[in-house]
Amino acid sequence: MKALKIIILILFASVLIYAASDLPYRGDPDNLMHAEESITGTTVVGSYVIQEAYNDAKTPNIVTVILGDYRSIDTFGEQVVVFTAGLITILILRNRRRVV
Amino acid sequence: MRHQDESPIVLLGSRLLTPYIMLFGWYVIFFGHYSPGGGFQGGTLLAASVLLIRISGGRRVSRLQIQEFATTPLAVIGVIIYFATGLVAMLMGGYFLDYELLPFTGMEPAMVRYWGILIIEVGIGLAVMAILVMIYDNMVKGEDYA
Amino acid sequence: MIWELELVIYLFLLISAIVALEVKDLLVAVVMTTVFSFLMALLFVAMGAIDVGFTEAVIGAGVSGVLYVVVIYQTTRHSND
Repeated sequence: MKALKIIILILFASVLIYAASDLPYRGDPDNLMHAEESITGTTVVGSYVIQEAYNDAKTPNIVTVILGDYRSIDTFGEQVVVFTAGLITILILRNRRRVV
Repeated sequence: MRHQDESPIVLLGSRLLTPYIMLFGWYVIFFGHYSPGGGFQGGTLLAASVLLIRISGGRRVSRLQIQEFATTPLAVIGVIIYFATGLVAMLMGGYFLDYELLPFTGMEPAMVRYWGILIIEVGIGLAVMAILVMIYDNMVKGEDYA
Repeated sequence: MIWELELVIYLFLLISAIVALEVKDLLVAVVMTTVFSFLMALLFVAMGAIDVGFTEAVIGAGVSGVLYVVVIYQTTRHSND
């Protein structure tokens, strides 16, 4: 049974490596995500962000501008998720001591 | 829990390290506009500095720092800072979280966006710090691990 | 980034993951998970995603190790009565 497990793992790893060999190269300027226009004819958001992020918010770090300004509702959702996790630990763990 | 003797060397080492970790956390939050970092990373560093004292010193020492009842209000304050920033921008006539309309007088819109991002980063940092400390406090359930 | 350095990091990543799975002592497994997170952060930084690497180093190697240790102490306390 252990040999079967190892064989399945090796097969899965080979499938993953074969799939990863088709990925585009890292940092290649000819990638589709760095183009001005995508293959469906719409404009790519990333090029606008790279060009205009400093002029919009006077902030040199593009990641901060994306997380805090362009996608700020997404960040608010992340914060609510973390807050909900804290509240759930209160509900589950806090009163356990009196019951046991 | 097995009883362990309190080690003064560990307590001294963590008391030496804690202020620098906390200062680095605030630096990461406030310098996130120019370098990698931001609210989540800085808040986690602040939580790491608080948890270091809680692990090494136990309740007797951590009672002097941030008490257990103070973590939930801090988390709520962090979330409210973020939400109120968006709500003020909406009440001034814009969209939700549209920082250009925040009531800062005498600044161009790009600089208002700069300060708006800074305000919400502080809110995220406070909330993440308080929630990580709160999870630890609820997990140990009032027992000492020092 | 130099590909030899990344290869060495990948090898250590595999070794730490296998040790964390196979070891008997739970504290050693926690330490190996921490080492895995830190090597993962190095890989992220090597790939150019500095923010992701920073988050991984702080959360994976800092806070989650603390929470794992607390969980291990909580579970051993109820088992020895």
